[in-house]
Amino acid sequence: MKIHLTSVFVDDQAKAEHFYTEILGFVKKHDVPVGEKDRWLTVVSPEEPEGTELLLEPAGHPAVKTFRDALVQEGIPLAQFAVDDVKAEYQRLHGLGVRFTQEPLEMGPVTTAVFDDTCGNLIQIATKPQ
Amino acid sequence: MVVADDLFKALADPTRRTILDELAEKSGQTLFEICSRLSMKHQLGISRQAVSQHLAVLEAAGLVETRREGRYKFHELNTAPLRQIAERWLVADTSGPEKSTP
Repeated sequence: MKIHLTSVFVDDQAKAEHFYTEILGFVKKHDVPVGEKDRWLTVVSPEEPEGTELLLEPAGHPAVKTFRDALVQEGIPLAQFAVDDVKAEYQRLHGLGVRFTQEPLEMGPVTTAVFDDTCGNLIQIATKPQ
Repeated sequence: MVVADDLFKALADPTRRTILDELAEKSGQTLFEICSRLSMKHQLGISRQAVSQHLAVLEAAGLVETRREGRYKFHELNTAPLRQIAERWLVADTSGPEKSTP
């Protein structure tokens, strides 16, 4: 068994496409219309084009808002992405206007930071395990 | 005005003192960041609910204040209540510390 795809709920798929590609730097993998206005929209890391896809899933279900509001209020991230250098990535994203709820924090061998993806989620970046 | 009992009760617990240490290092943390620091830096196996309860005790003592900013909630350190301790025992003598006579 492999983890082939995982998802985050997004308020607005067009906005999410912009943030996850133009700001974060992922590349679009699939973009297929589903129903009247939704899309099957996935992105992958340019470092791993055949790697795990991230589905930017419409947050239309009424339970999603309650769930995500509770997480965001407490600063809990919904997904984690690996980077080589958390501090450098923080500087880059901060310079692009990304809002961080946790600045880079060194905790033993791991450094993490948490930012707002502008689509309703907090995302954690962490150094890759060596 | 915070009642002294609340202040001393809040300070009596080692986990709560560690939370204050971490907020002193950086004021304005989400609950998630406080939990991360306790588990990763201090190896404290403590649930989010328990941390939340500790924060409530610290808040009742006036040592922690919460600030809402958009959808997030940040916890900030307020050291003002600690002056009660100084005023009660330390600063009564305005002539400065006396050397103890042998």
